[in-house]
Amino acid sequence: MIKIEKLHKSYPMGKDSLHVLKGLDLHIKEGEFVAIMGSSGSGKSTLLNIVGLLDGHDEGNYYLNGQLIENLDEKKAAILRNKFLGFVFQSFNLITYKTAVENVALPLYYQGLGRKERQEIALKYLDKVGLKDRANHLPSELSGGEKQRVAVARALATNPKVVLADEPTGALDSATSDSVMELLKDINREGMTVFVITHEEDIAAQTDRIVRLKDGVIISDEKVNKNVNA
Amino acid sequence: MKFLFDKDTWQEIYSSIRKNKMRTGITIIGVMWGMFLLVVLLGLARGMENNFNKLFGSFATNSVFVWAQQTSKPFKGFQEGKSLTLKMSDLESIKNEIKGLEFVVPRHQTQAMAINNFKSGTFGIFGDYPELDKVQKKDLVYGRFINDNDIKEKKKVCVIEEEIYKQLFDIDEYPIGTYIKINDINYIVVGMYKQGQVGSGGPQGNIHIPFTTFQQVYNRGDSIGWMMITGKPEFDITQIEADIKLLLKNLHKVHPKDDRAFGSFNLGKEIAKITGFLTGMQFLTWFVGIATLIAGVFAIGNILLITVKERTNEIGIRRAIGAKPWEIKRQIILESVFLTSIAGALGIIFGGLVLMLIDATLGQGPESVLSNPTVNIPVVLIAALTLIVLGTLIGLIPAHTAVSIRPIEALREE
Repeated sequence: MIKIEKLHKSYPMGKDSLHVLKGLDLHIKEGEFVAIMGSSGSGKSTLLNIVGLLDGHDEGNYYLNGQLIENLDEKKAAILRNKFLGFVFQSFNLITYKTAVENVALPLYYQGLGRKERQEIALKYLDKVGLKDRANHLPSELSGGEKQRVAVARALATNPKVVLADEPTGALDSATSDSVMELLKDINREGMTVFVITHEEDIAAQTDRIVRLKDGVIISDEKVNKNVNA
Repeated sequence: MKFLFDKDTWQEIYSSIRKNKMRTGITIIGVMWGMFLLVVLLGLARGMENNFNKLFGSFATNSVFVWAQQTSKPFKGFQEGKSLTLKMSDLESIKNEIKGLEFVVPRHQTQAMAINNFKSGTFGIFGDYPELDKVQKKDLVYGRFINDNDIKEKKKVCVIEEEIYKQLFDIDEYPIGTYIKINDINYIVVGMYKQGQVGSGGPQGNIHIPFTTFQQVYNRGDSIGWMMITGKPEFDITQIEADIKLLLKNLHKVHPKDDRAFGSFNLGKEIAKITGFLTGMQFLTWFVGIATLIAGVFAIGNILLITVKERTNEIGIRRAIGAKPWEIKRQIILESVFLTSIAGALGIIFGGLVLMLIDATLGQGPESVLSNPTVNIPVVLIAALTLIVLGTLIGLIPAHTAVSIRPIEALREE
């Protein structure tokens, strides 16, 4: 599903450049539940941005769903993101003046779906995350856990190939963290590839595979659970 | 273009505007003010022009008045100070020799006491041809103006101005067919007209009698008091004026460089001065109005730019979940166009209302400074269209800013 070969990325810092990713090789198969671990500055966010087509890479090859990603302009990237990827962010990133159901329906709007259809699908996914009764609430009226559930529903709405979660529990207490992780596990069980970035050991432990990153290189890549269904 | 009619597009715009009521309101007021000023100023300029036309409108604008004076240079054996009189034969020569004439109307003028029953007054008495009605339009209330038959038969008829009617007749009395006595001669009243705004000086009120009658009654032979000459629209009245004066100097054996022998008043030139002033006013109006509009549009651009900064995070989210750059762009542009259009429409409406108010207060009565202050619909539409185009162009700036931020940076923004 995601295949990375000798990926390099550096950011210009004044006259010098900061070499963040130093030749990563990573292969994530369909249906895997992967955690990328690393302290801040290890390059995990950069990796997520590149995988999420939010940023380009300098060297190496990146295949998403078997498709080589190169020379991507913003328009193509937007279409691919919409089609293949669902995002869950640490700070939820819901649009504040839209209700839960409107937030979930937004990616479908950019897919060009009709109003009724969007509403239907959005409600279906809100139901799936257990928030159907909160559909017409604004994000400010929801708790942190509920917000993140709405974000998960939004990530799922377009039926993507991969769900990318950037510190999904970073802003949540442990109880709500667990419920969000439970939700991600459920999604994974249904066959979705889930790609989580975290620095919390107990979160990473709930996934199937942990990839540890340090200073732009992978230092370990281990399977956690025995029952990996690849 | 399909997205323009898409309910969702407008829903997006509505929610984004609703979210920022304050800034939307202020922005709209900025552009509205520009449009409002443009409409009101144009209306006022038009009102002044209309008023001017009302004052001078009765005269054909390319007219010149010519009369005879005294020579100021000796010529061909005549000493200076020779009195000159225009003759009917001069009229024929002018008509034959000068090109581009529309009308040449000879007139006589004097003052006399007019009496009707026990009422009397001193008025200006004019000997006129029917053509006067064409050069200086008479707005007849009753009856008719002098006609060819009156001229031919030297009839004792007269046409009076409303002022005369007020002074010599009882209220509700019908003037036509009654006799008024001027210099002990009875004239039958055949017409009455509304007075023009510009008097020709002298006593209030004019009485017009046939030119030939005047000549006979006042022993003027075949002389002419003065002439009103109208040029065809395509001819330059100033040139005609010069040509006529030269011809008259030739006919009356006057030195060609004698500037005092014949007097003239070029109405065309005088009107051109005022028209020039009005054109200047119009230009100023447009300039001020459009400058204000542009300022307003820039205000919209500026505020949208701030909004885009405020909404960086939101735009980042939208792009992360699959909004194409163009979709973000067009929404911001559409927002700009929508705001400018609404503001423009409100400006036009308020401008119109204020013009109505001005018309109701300042534009009424004969002494009014303005009359009928209006703005042409096409002018308003062009202004509105310009506004929308400017709105689109200015919207491009924030729209470009919005998509030039990489989604990843936009998302980092909190």
